[in-house]
Amino acid sequence: MTRQRKTLFDKIWDSHVVKSSEGYPDALYIDRHFIHEVTSPQAFDGLRKRNVKVFNPGGTTATADHNVPTIDQHLPIKEALSRHQVETLRKNCPEFGIELYDLGHPYQGIVHIIGPELGLTLPGMTIVCGDSHTSTHGAFGNISFGIGTSEVEQVLATQCVLQYRPKTMLIEISGTLSKGVVAKDIILYIISKLSASGATGYFVEYAGEAIRKLSMEARMTICNMSIEMGARGGLIAPDEVTFTYIKGRKFAPQGETFERMVEQWRQLKSDEGADYDEVVKFDAADIAPMITYGTNPGMGIKVTDRIPTLTELKDISEQPSFSKSLEYMGLQPGSAILGQSVDYVFIGSCTNARIEDLRMVASMVKGKKKASNVEVWVVPGSKQVEKQAREEGLDKIFEDAGFQLRQPGCSACLGMNEDKIPAGKYCISTSNRNFEGRQGPKSRTFLASPLSAAAAAITGKVTDVRELV
Amino acid sequence: MSKEKFTTLKSSAVPLAIDNIDTDQIIPARFLKATTREGFGENLFRDWRYNADQSPKADFALNIPKYSGKILVAGKNFGCGSSREHAAWAIYDHGFRVVISSFFADIFKNNALNNALLPVQVSDGFLKKIFAAIENNPKTAITVDLSEQKISLEDGTSESFEINPYKKTCLTNGYDDIDYLLSLRDEIKHFELAH
Repeated sequence: MTRQRKTLFDKIWDSHVVKSSEGYPDALYIDRHFIHEVTSPQAFDGLRKRNVKVFNPGGTTATADHNVPTIDQHLPIKEALSRHQVETLRKNCPEFGIELYDLGHPYQGIVHIIGPELGLTLPGMTIVCGDSHTSTHGAFGNISFGIGTSEVEQVLATQCVLQYRPKTMLIEISGTLSKGVVAKDIILYIISKLSASGATGYFVEYAGEAIRKLSMEARMTICNMSIEMGARGGLIAPDEVTFTYIKGRKFAPQGETFERMVEQWRQLKSDEGADYDEVVKFDAADIAPMITYGTNPGMGIKVTDRIPTLTELKDISEQPSFSKSLEYMGLQPGSAILGQSVDYVFIGSCTNARIEDLRMVASMVKGKKKASNVEVWVVPGSKQVEKQAREEGLDKIFEDAGFQLRQPGCSACLGMNEDKIPAGKYCISTSNRNFEGRQGPKSRTFLASPLSAAAAAITGKVTDVRELV
Repeated sequence: MSKEKFTTLKSSAVPLAIDNIDTDQIIPARFLKATTREGFGENLFRDWRYNADQSPKADFALNIPKYSGKILVAGKNFGCGSSREHAAWAIYDHGFRVVISSFFADIFKNNALNNALLPVQVSDGFLKKIFAAIENNPKTAITVDLSEQKISLEDGTSESFEINPYKKTCLTNGYDDIDYLLSLRDEIKHFELAH
């Protein structure tokens, strides 16, 4: 399909198609491939079985994040299966010539946090990883999406993936955010409006005044959760904020090359009047601190709203799933969520574990103590974030508040390591998924912003952060 | 590398009338620690299927003896969430060869197609009809004909379904994507140099 006025997505996609044949998916060239211990072992096995080498070893970067412990990382991993998986990565990477930022390495961390902070994630690229939150990188104005292990093997073998071109959706947020409302609230609000499947089949471009005013960290939070409404990915056209963030990063272009690249990156935007398949508009003034009450990220409300009743659901066929979800959460339809007691607070994950998130939490808790009924885990997204947090003295603020500052990894976002929320307990979490058992068998998750999570840590219950700021 | 070929399947089905079944339910993260593709079937729907003491939950469809077969029928937005291909491996490993739903999440659909597991998307109305047919007779046979792209019930009603022609060829012949991509290596090399 040729479009007269192209979207940014179309421009980047078109410039990466190696082969497009009638009836076939496009063979899309991948500029940057990230891998981790969980979704790569079977792909490497596939290469061995086919007797194929990695096509471009420099095009792939590896780290260990999903099931690493967040305390005592210098010791061998206690859990045998996790240890085996990390050791398999340690064996596979050198065998195939791939750079690995292993536990203890100063660049180790959650794969979607280290890519941007190392300057590996750049505008105009195509980026994939065997992880659905790869959409995070789109904040830099590139096409980034999650893939399965068979596709990881495709990229290792050929630096390409076979993909069908998704449709495009523009989500425009006009206006200015109110006090106490942050990027996480924007994306939880969007998903609550569009539902957990509302953007399936689409690649989203976020635009509008409210998006333009956001920092890179905040933009990453938004793009990160694109997948939670089913979107293949989400991107934001690069601007001065983007270029300033990239400048001087370890693997980013330097000096004159950087300046030359910036001139090219400035061209990366959708044409005026570009043809999107779908356009959705929201007003930032309508967005309040958000929280989820159910078991998919689309089940979100303003923190001051009531949980819907069965009759308030848009679609009557959703009633059984809705009831099942609330039963799991131990919540009543029509009840308030404000004041709901919480047991755990998790600040971390590829959604909200960057330095700005930790600063946001620190600003809220400085000089205060956590409530006695809650346990609070702060898990930085990377070694670099951890180091910077300590340099800025955030560790002292957390320690004084009774928070545990741990070591980097995916941690309680998905409970693959020891960091699990116990059965029946409520956790207010800055992560991205509230699925049943996501944070541990029978755990109950409220998704919210770092500000809201910090507020709940202090009060011990779901709190309207606007009362504290 | 060749995969199992798919042409036509006639089988009874297991009903799971729940919407938004995410891949964390299909295979919880704590069971993703294997480094091979096999053996995930025993943990398929682990937390819905078993109690904390490992005893089977009597009211879960996979544990109800009257339900069996190689077809899984599920509510809309099946396979949302994580990109873990383990979800497709677990469903396949358990013995299913077809998943029917009124809507699939993108990454799951790709993963299924890459593993000889056919996702069949039907209309909301036809999905209801399938659930009703199973409710009425748990042994009722559903026929999925890939070459005709048609799904039929015992009462003679049927619906056609969409599948990309390339993916259809792959499934019918047991080809996989890497075979095709490897055949493009020279073109990719060219592209990379010019890129």
